[in-house]
Amino acid sequence: MRPKKEIGMVLILLGLFFGYVLLEITQRGLADTFANPVFLGQANLLNLTRSIGLFGIFSVAMGIVIITGGIDLSIGSMFALLGVILADLLGPDNMPWPLAIALIILIAMVLGLFHGLLVARARLQPFVVTLCGLLMYRGLARFISHDETVGFGGSTGYELLRTLATGNVLNVPAPFIIFIVVCIVVGIVLHISIYGRYLYAIGRNEEAAIYSGINTKLVVTSAYVLCGFLSGISAILIGFYTNSISPASHGSFFELYAVAACVLGGLSLRGGEGSILGIFIGTAMIQLLRNIVNLQGIESSLEFVVMGGVILVAVSLDQVLAARRRAREARIDVKAPQAEPARAESSTTVGELK
Amino acid sequence: MQDAILELSGISKRFPGVIALSKVDFSVYPGEVVALIGENGAGKSTLMKILGGIYQADEGLIRLGGREVQIRHVADAQHLGISLIHQELNNLDNLDVGGNIFLGREPLFGGPLRFVDRNRIADQSKRYLEKVGLNVSPRTPLSALSIAQQQLVEIAKALSTNAKIIVMDEPTSCLTLTETNRLLKLIAELKEAGVSVIFISHRLMEVGACADRVVGLRDGKNSGQLTKSEINHDNMVRLMVGRNLDLKRTETRLGDPKSRIEVRNIISPFFPTHTVSFDMRRGEILGLAGLVGAGRSELAITVFGIARPLGGEVVINGQPIKVHSPRDAINHGIYLVPEDRRKTGLITSMAVRENVTLAALSTYSSLGLISFRRESETAEAQRKQLSIKTATCETLAKNLSGGNQQKVVLAKWLSLDPKLIIFDEPTRGVDVGSKAEIYRLMRALADEGVFILMISSDMEEVLGVSDRIAVMREGALTGVLEAKDFSEEAVMRLAVAPVRTAETLV
Repeated sequence: MRPKKEIGMVLILLGLFFGYVLLEITQRGLADTFANPVFLGQANLLNLTRSIGLFGIFSVAMGIVIITGGIDLSIGSMFALLGVILADLLGPDNMPWPLAIALIILIAMVLGLFHGLLVARARLQPFVVTLCGLLMYRGLARFISHDETVGFGGSTGYELLRTLATGNVLNVPAPFIIFIVVCIVVGIVLHISIYGRYLYAIGRNEEAAIYSGINTKLVVTSAYVLCGFLSGISAILIGFYTNSISPASHGSFFELYAVAACVLGGLSLRGGEGSILGIFIGTAMIQLLRNIVNLQGIESSLEFVVMGGVILVAVSLDQVLAARRRAREARIDVKAPQAEPARAESSTTVGELK
Repeated sequence: MQDAILELSGISKRFPGVIALSKVDFSVYPGEVVALIGENGAGKSTLMKILGGIYQADEGLIRLGGREVQIRHVADAQHLGISLIHQELNNLDNLDVGGNIFLGREPLFGGPLRFVDRNRIADQSKRYLEKVGLNVSPRTPLSALSIAQQQLVEIAKALSTNAKIIVMDEPTSCLTLTETNRLLKLIAELKEAGVSVIFISHRLMEVGACADRVVGLRDGKNSGQLTKSEINHDNMVRLMVGRNLDLKRTETRLGDPKSRIEVRNIISPFFPTHTVSFDMRRGEILGLAGLVGAGRSELAITVFGIARPLGGEVVINGQPIKVHSPRDAINHGIYLVPEDRRKTGLITSMAVRENVTLAALSTYSSLGLISFRRESETAEAQRKQLSIKTATCETLAKNLSGGNQQKVVLAKWLSLDPKLIIFDEPTRGVDVGSKAEIYRLMRALADEGVFILMISSDMEEVLGVSDRIAVMREGALTGVLEAKDFSEEAVMRLAVAPVRTAETLV
C-alpha cells in the first residue's frame, strides 16, 4: 500500500472544493458569497453529499470486481430491472417491504453469482459477460414494465425506505451515511482481511495465487456476488430517490460513473491496485465535478466532456508521477547499504557475493 | 592475428541509480567465438544491448572493421551486420515460423499495395531452418513449437540477416542436450564461414566446448580474459566470482528407506497412458532428470494438485493422502517451488512480506483479519534465516534479484511445516553465488528430514546435488540411479531410453 498517493488525491479533492469556493467569491464578491452561499449553501451541500452517497455505494461494488481484474458493466441495467421489479412487488403485488427488498437484494446477488460463475468457472471475459448483462437486463426491464414508466408514487407503507434514499439524519443525507458505513466495512475487508488480500493477489497474478493454494474460483465468484449485493442496495436507494423508473433510461451509464470513479481513485483495470479511500475520493471528485458543471451553468451535455477530460488528465499525471517514483526508488535502493541495485531491465544483481 | 572486426572501448552505461558498465573493453576477431561470462547483473546483457542498438552507451567508442560507428537503433545494428539473439524470446507466436524469420524484412509484391509474399518467405526460410536443424515447415504456426524450437527459429532469423557478428545471449538455457550439441556444431560452422559469434552462457561446459576466447565481466567491469588454452572450469569460475567455488558433492546421504514418500501409479492428465511410481527417502535429495518435455514439471504440478491426476496416489509413511487442489497439497505439507518464479512462484508486485505469508494467512489472523505485526515478524525471521538480500520486507518482490526471489518463494514454504518440497529448476536464472546458497539450503532441509525432489535440466546440478537420480522420458519414469552409478552418460541413456508403459520402478 502506498498511502502517499491517497494523500495526494485528498489534497486534489480539497483543492477542487476550495478552488471552486474562491471562484464563486471572485464571481459574486466576498460579501454576497457568504451572505447567500450557493455552492456552500446547505441545499447544495446536501445535494452533493447525497449524490456522493448514492453513486458511492455501487462504485465500491465496482471497485471490488475491478480489483480482481474484472469489471461489471451491467450495474446500470440492473438498476432498471431491479427498479421495475421492486415497483411491481410493492405496488400491484402488495408485498411487505422488508420481504420485497430482501428479494431484490437476493435477485441482485443471484445475478452476481451468474456473472461470477461465467467468469471464474467458464473462463469468459468479465467485459463480455457483463456487457451481455447490460443488454439483457435493460431489455428485461422494458419487457416487464411494458416499456412504461413505473413508480412508487406517494403511496405509504414504506416511509423508512424513502427516508433512507431522500431523508437526512442529523442534517446528513442518509445515503451518504450508508456509503460511509459501506466504506468502513468494505475497507476492513479489502485492506485487513484474508479475503481482501486474496482479491488483490488474484488481481495481480492469478496463476501465482493458485500456486499458493488460494481457491481463486471461489474468491472471484464471491467478488461478483458481493458486487451484486451492493448493487442491490444501490438499486433500492436509487429507485426511491428518483421515485419513478423509466425502464429505458433509468440508471443508464451509471456503471461508467462507477468505473470512472474507480479509475480516478487509483484503481487499475488490470486489477490488484487501489484502495477504498481511493474509490471514495474518486466518487466525490466525479460528483463534485458534476455539481460544478451544474452550478456554472455549463450545458449539461458538456458534463461528460468535462468528466472525460479530467480523468484523462488525472491518469496521465499518474503515469508521469509513477515514472518519477520508479526512478527515485531505483536511486534509493542503491544508496541503502544492504539493498540490491534494481536494474532497469532485469532486476539481477551480484549483491550476494560481497 | 588480423585486426579486430569489432572493438568496443571504454564503454560505460548508467541506469537510474546503477552503474551497469564502467569502462568496459571488448573486441572480436573475424571468425572467432568469444564467450562472455559473468554472473547475473555483471553487465553482459547490457553490453550486448548496446551493441545491438537497444541501449546507447554513455561513454565509449564502437569500432567496426576499424571504423568508428554509431549504433542508435536496432536497424543500425542490422545494417552493420550485427544480429542479436535475445535471452528472452522475441518471437511473435501469432505468426508462422517463416513470418518470424522475415519479420520486418518481408519480401513484398503488388507494388504500392505491399502485400507480403508468403511463398517466397516459405522458400527462403527452409534453408535457414535446415541449417539450424529444425525440421518443421515454415508455415507451422510458431505457437505449435516448443520453447526450444522457438529458440532455434530465433537463431535461424539471425542467420537469415547474413550477419557478420551474431550475439547469442544464453541461447541454451532452455535447449535439451541434443539441441545444444547441434547448436554448438552450428557455431563451429558459422566460424568456418568467417562469422564471429559472441556467446553468453552460464553453462561453463558449453563455453569450454565452443569458445576460442573467454572474456569475463564482474560488477560491470572487465575481470580478465582467457585464451583457448587457459579455458577450463576453475579458471572461468574465478573470472566470474573472483574466487573458487566448489559445487562438488562431498558425501552422499543414503536416506532412511523406512521413512519414505511413495508416489504410486500417478497418472498426470498430460500423459494419460503412463503411470509413474517411485520412492523418496527421508534425508536424501532425489534428483529428477530428463530432457525438456519429459513430463517432469507436469508430474510436479499433478502431485501438487494444480492438475487433477487421472489416477494413483501419494503415500506418506504408509498413509495415503488425497490431493485435489494445491490447498490440499499444502495442508499435507507438500510444497512446490515452481519453474517460473515470476509467473507462478511469486506475486512480484506485492511486498516480500505479503509473498511469504500468502499461503498461510489464517495463521497470521484472527476472525479473518490479518495481523500485520505477526506477518512482519515471520517475514523478518525468514529474511534473516535465508539471508534474503532486500532493503526491507516491504520491498516489492520484483525489485529483488533472481536468487533472492527464489529465496522468497522458499520462505513462503519454510514458514509452514514442510514434509515434501518439490524444486522445479531451482537455480534457473540464478547466479553462481546464490546457486551455492540454494544448494546448501536444500541440503540443510534434507538433513532436517524434509523430503526433497529436485527437477533439474542442468546436468552439473543433477549430478552434483542429488543423492539419487530418477530419470523421465515422455511422461514415464525410465530408471533410478544410485550415487555409485552417476554419470552424464548414464543419465542421458535413461533420458532417451525406450519407454515401457505402466511399469513400476524402485
